[in-house]
Amino acid sequence: MSDVLDYAIRGVPIGCVFALLAVGLVLTYRTSGVFNLAFAAQAYTSAAVFYVVRHDHRWPLLPAAVLAVGLVAPALGLLLERGIFRHLRGAPPVARTVTSLGLLVAIPEVVKLWIGDSPQKNPPPLWPVTRTDEWLWPRQGARYVLDAGQVVTLLATVLVVAALTALLRRSAIGLRMRAVVESARMTQLAGVDADRVSAVAWILSSLLAGLTGVLLAPLFAELLPLHFFTLLVAALAACVAGRLVSIPLAVAGGIGLGVAQAVFAGLLPTDSVLATGLRPALPFVVLFLALLLRPPRLGDKVETDPLAGVDPPPPAPATVAGSRGLTVASRVGGVAAVVVGLLLGLFVLDDFWLQLVVSGVVLGVILLSFTVLTGMGGMVSLCQATFAAIGAFTTARVVDTSGAPVLVAMLAGTVLAAAIGGLLAVPLLRLDGIYLTLATLAFALMFQNVLVPLDWVSGGSVPLDVPRPLLGGIDLADDHAFFVFAVLCLALVGWVVLRLRDATTGRFLDAVRGSEDAAISVGISPLRQRVVAFALAAGIAGFGGGLLASWNESANYAQSFDFFYGLVWVVLVVTMGARSIQAAVFGGLTFFLFPQLLQRLPLLPTDWATGLSVALFGLGALTYARHPEGIIEANAARVVARFSREPAA
Amino acid sequence: MTALLDAVGMTKRFDGILALDEVPLSVDEGERVGLIGPNGAGKSTLFDCLTGRLAPDSGRVTFRGSPLDGRSGTARARLGLARTFQRVELFAGMTVTDHLLVALQARSGRASLWRDLLGRGRPTPEERSRASEIVSLLGLTAEADRPVESLTLGHARLVELGRALACEPALLFLDEPSSGLDRSEADAMATVLERVCAESGMAILLIEHDVPLVRRLVTRLYVLDAGRLVAEGPTEEVLATPAVRTAYLGTDVLDAVTDAGHAETGDGAVGADDAGVTEVPS
Repeated sequence: MSDVLDYAIRGVPIGCVFALLAVGLVLTYRTSGVFNLAFAAQAYTSAAVFYVVRHDHRWPLLPAAVLAVGLVAPALGLLLERGIFRHLRGAPPVARTVTSLGLLVAIPEVVKLWIGDSPQKNPPPLWPVTRTDEWLWPRQGARYVLDAGQVVTLLATVLVVAALTALLRRSAIGLRMRAVVESARMTQLAGVDADRVSAVAWILSSLLAGLTGVLLAPLFAELLPLHFFTLLVAALAACVAGRLVSIPLAVAGGIGLGVAQAVFAGLLPTDSVLATGLRPALPFVVLFLALLLRPPRLGDKVETDPLAGVDPPPPAPATVAGSRGLTVASRVGGVAAVVVGLLLGLFVLDDFWLQLVVSGVVLGVILLSFTVLTGMGGMVSLCQATFAAIGAFTTARVVDTSGAPVLVAMLAGTVLAAAIGGLLAVPLLRLDGIYLTLATLAFALMFQNVLVPLDWVSGGSVPLDVPRPLLGGIDLADDHAFFVFAVLCLALVGWVVLRLRDATTGRFLDAVRGSEDAAISVGISPLRQRVVAFALAAGIAGFGGGLLASWNESANYAQSFDFFYGLVWVVLVVTMGARSIQAAVFGGLTFFLFPQLLQRLPLLPTDWATGLSVALFGLGALTYARHPEGIIEANAARVVARFSREPAA
Repeated sequence: MTALLDAVGMTKRFDGILALDEVPLSVDEGERVGLIGPNGAGKSTLFDCLTGRLAPDSGRVTFRGSPLDGRSGTARARLGLARTFQRVELFAGMTVTDHLLVALQARSGRASLWRDLLGRGRPTPEERSRASEIVSLLGLTAEADRPVESLTLGHARLVELGRALACEPALLFLDEPSSGLDRSEADAMATVLERVCAESGMAILLIEHDVPLVRRLVTRLYVLDAGRLVAEGPTEEVLATPAVRTAYLGTDVLDAVTDAGHAETGDGAVGADDAGVTEVPS
């Protein structure tokens, strides 16, 4: 029993780190309505700044800490609030989610460009000694020992929570913050500058994010953005425990999670599946369970402002009306592009470029799953890469064990991914908007941490082999033949999506997105429509995953299906245009071709290409709030408008 | 004969506040029934409980003799309950015609992924002509292909009504259909409703504050106050009950109409002012 207590006490400091970020998330969410996923990126930024000045430039502790936590973090927060999120206050929740996702993807890449490619080993701690075990407390030999880092973390948490409580309870700005939480509109009508209040909240919460970044970094051997994603998920779990609104509950949730993690680590035998699989996945499991077991009630919607209904509704996103010219233009243009693309691929491109183009076409198939889910269903899923991986692994396994033709195995992967997607959807879809997105993120990370390392799933350290299909005597081992096959697959899936989009499936989803209550009142079941969309999207991603594995001739998780790609793909598709087929195709091609094009730009360091392109993909999401129809359609509409105006002029 | 809709003992609490207290309600086939009461009386809550948007804490509802309890809003809609909303609920981004087509397609109940894949998920010519019939019935022909965001509130309410009518309901729940409409628009809506009821035998349950509209449309009236049923009976009789007048209509509506003569003739001050006004130019 005392062992448990011992482990529990060791878990408190890391729990405090979770709690600090959770407090930041709650604070921003309540004052500006943004659930800022980019806090993970901001934490990473501060940790990186601290690393560079302390480790590379040998600054003393205090100035380094002041710079990283006290200056860079709040400045970045203020920049994001002023430059981006302030203008999104009236935007739909999806726009805010997508924007913060884009930043989550972009910011670490920008930071990496700055600090360079070499690994950042042994991040320095936020305490004066170099070795963490030198300063023990209460003293050496005591039963419960905390090292200096843990003591600093505990002190920082107590200080921060006390200061925040005092600020919110006693100060004028705290009173205003609480008022803005109740109703931003009403507070503004009472003569309070809500913009200023929200800016202060962002500065404070970004400060917390920076602090957690610097506190967390030394717990790992190397400074990697991935650790901060994990931190984000843990903080999210803590927030959900407090229903996204309560700061004390979020603190309790964070500390509880840290304790649970430490107790698990201590009690489970180190070599069991539970220890290797479940322990690192605990935050994801907790987030997942918290979302399912404490689902937000019907009344817990984002819009709790009593004056929410007084503003006129936001302008409509792209509507179908009046864009017939655009439709015709895009159909004709689409066919022409396919023909030209095929000819180019078969007769002009050399092997290197053909490889990239085929990869892009295959990715286009996967990206069509976003067209269904996000474009038609209005849901942001962060686990489409996971479904693609399920399709790929199934394809590999079926071929391996039964010797079935690759195409049959790919169909099996499609069906399995769709089934898992459908099953996952049933509990998830009771969740709304941001909660759904968080649950898919938890699922993706759970899959990556628990299932992917297992031999029977991914083959362990050696990726599974997947052969190329043999189609009616044509061996698709030839890249040109596979290119044609991939284009045909893309056309087939695109046709299916297009057909569904314009028929009842798509229209009913539009209706549900427009007004769930009204959809129910005409006899549409929102749950059924969404489950269908989810399963369909998972199936499409699974099919694309199998195709990608076959093209690469191996189901390589790290190379093709890492959860981070899932994030990049979302922002890429949404930026291009979530509803259109050509945006998915263009997105797939862009993903593979754009870095290569950047690499060939003069003046740009060649090792910048990959990072810069991911950063640009992420920043592209910032256009979403302005152009929810996507930049392709927005520009096409401009061109069509110009052409149709000219005869009249 | 069983009633079309029969509800007994409808009770709903919100965090300790009793929004509905053992309210009974029944509507016969083709009957037009009104539901009035001050704001917060529980009218919309009763609607939500009857249409399946909310689950009542207790109470039973039957529709054509079969129980509705525990059935989803979707299932109830398919059985023939349609509704409009107090705060207009439209499908953002869709045109007026699309609203009707979606309702018509949902009503057919045949929609499925496979039909869509076989290319049979688009509106049939019959559904299209039915949609344009409804559009012209509502007088929205000029707006048929406009997205609903560009409509005035009055037109938006008509679209909601049209969408509900497209479901060809046996019972239509109308939640303050005339709010935001001017007199002539409200009268036009009443005319449409009367026509549909006469043609299809549709029953109506109407929440409305506009007394002339209530008088014109419904034959029987329920009065709710603070979650309890305070009166029920033929429209004119109920409206004449003193209890109803004090509980709900009070000074605002009925008194203003019936006491208007009193005020003008009985109050000397008004006459004096009038005299004063006429004196100025001379």
